[in-house]
Amino acid sequence: MLSVLVTLWGTFLHLFQRNVTVAYPEEMPYLAPRYRGRIVLTRDPDGEERCVSCYLCAVACPVDCISLQKAEIEGRWYPEFFRINFSRCIFCGFCEEACPTYAIQLTPDFEMSEYDRRNLVYEKEDLLISGTGKYPDYNFYRVSGAAIPGKDKGEAERERKPIDTRSLLP
Amino acid sequence: MSAEGAIVAGLLNIVLGLAVLMAAAALLTWIERRLLGVWQDRPGPNRAGPFGVLQVVADGIKLLFKQDWIPPFADPVVFVLAPAIAMVTVMLAVAVVPATPAIGIIADLNIGLLFFLAMSGLGVYSVVLAGWASNNKFSLLGGMRAAAQMVSYEVFMGLSVVGVVMLAGSFNLLEIVRGQQHMWYVVPQFLGFVVFFIGGIAETHRLPFDLPEGENELGAGFHTEYSGMKFGMFFLGEYIGIIVVSAMTTVLFLGGWYGPVLPPVLWFGIKTGFLVAFFILLRAALPRPRYDQFMSFGWKLMLPLTLLNILATGAVMLAATSI
Repeated sequence: MLSVLVTLWGTFLHLFQRNVTVAYPEEMPYLAPRYRGRIVLTRDPDGEERCVSCYLCAVACPVDCISLQKAEIEGRWYPEFFRINFSRCIFCGFCEEACPTYAIQLTPDFEMSEYDRRNLVYEKEDLLISGTGKYPDYNFYRVSGAAIPGKDKGEAERERKPIDTRSLLP
Repeated sequence: MSAEGAIVAGLLNIVLGLAVLMAAAALLTWIERRLLGVWQDRPGPNRAGPFGVLQVVADGIKLLFKQDWIPPFADPVVFVLAPAIAMVTVMLAVAVVPATPAIGIIADLNIGLLFFLAMSGLGVYSVVLAGWASNNKFSLLGGMRAAAQMVSYEVFMGLSVVGVVMLAGSFNLLEIVRGQQHMWYVVPQFLGFVVFFIGGIAETHRLPFDLPEGENELGAGFHTEYSGMKFGMFFLGEYIGIIVVSAMTTVLFLGGWYGPVLPPVLWFGIKTGFLVAFFILLRAALPRPRYDQFMSFGWKLMLPLTLLNILATGAVMLAATSI
């Protein structure tokens, strides 16, 4: 019997509390910086594409919504096309975790409704952004051993010259 | 006043009373949802019109234009009759409730209180017949529950007002209110007040005593098969029932129209409004009891309490007169 009165009083006190509801279109909710929303492809500080088309994101994707094709120019790998079908995407963020070069990232934006389902298929032009996203300093080709024009093997950051395996000299 | 004048005044009272009552009941559907929202930390319907008031209009239009469907397996005559009974009985009960000595009371019966109890008792028929005519297991179960609920709660609801009748010495509601000029009956009859209000909740089958409807176990109980305006009549009947029970509690225990400064009608409205809000608070706060808990609560706790109340009231009155 007492518990009934306690419950009544507790519920009544909610009269003086703020609404939990956020009236969304008029009032924007706060989204954390790591909110998992629309997926973007970032560029490195030099403005080049970060994606090296390793396919790891496509492998990690549980709903198979990522599709890409590798291409190569002078040692640099890049995707010939990169396609995300957002009508399938479940925004799990596995692709972001799988990505070895911080290329694919999820952003705090969820307003991507379309009247036509086909418009939810985003091509590389739609996904690429001009910035670096969450990792402003990272540049894959500057830390990796791959040779590209202007940087030979052994010239990357914190990398030694390659050992000449044919020589016996120490 | 001439005879014609009396008739005109009476008709005006009836028409205005009905209009105000229907408007209040319709508005109450919106008020309830807003208040529930407030108590659950959410806004409630706030889109249609200023503060969402036009939600009432939208709901009304929706109910009116829905297909008026009578299932082929139902008993058509009784099926149509049941919601009509729901409306008629509560609206007849309103006729004896005095807002002030002049306003709101349509029939100044010397057994007004008994008339109210009779009408709320007749209201059971709507629910039972609806459950029966729907020819559906869930509806029938809801109707049966309603019957058992009404039978058991009617008993002590009637007994709980006996103390008030003893104190006022009359079944006339005007006399009962006049008897409270100096002290509201809620003070000497607190037990009666509590029991009457609980009985009123059960009478209107409102949460937490909405076992005849019981969404989670009976679909929608007795009105599972109802749609459109027939459902709307049950709905409206329930809300008018809330207002009537609140108004009756005000009349019997909270001194009716008496109060300082403000005009009597306003006092009556304020008291009734508070009780209506309390009805809604109950809905927001309390879960529905199990059916056997509900029954044993009625017979094993409420009934002895009312009998004790009558006994104590009688003893005190006897002692007061003999001294």
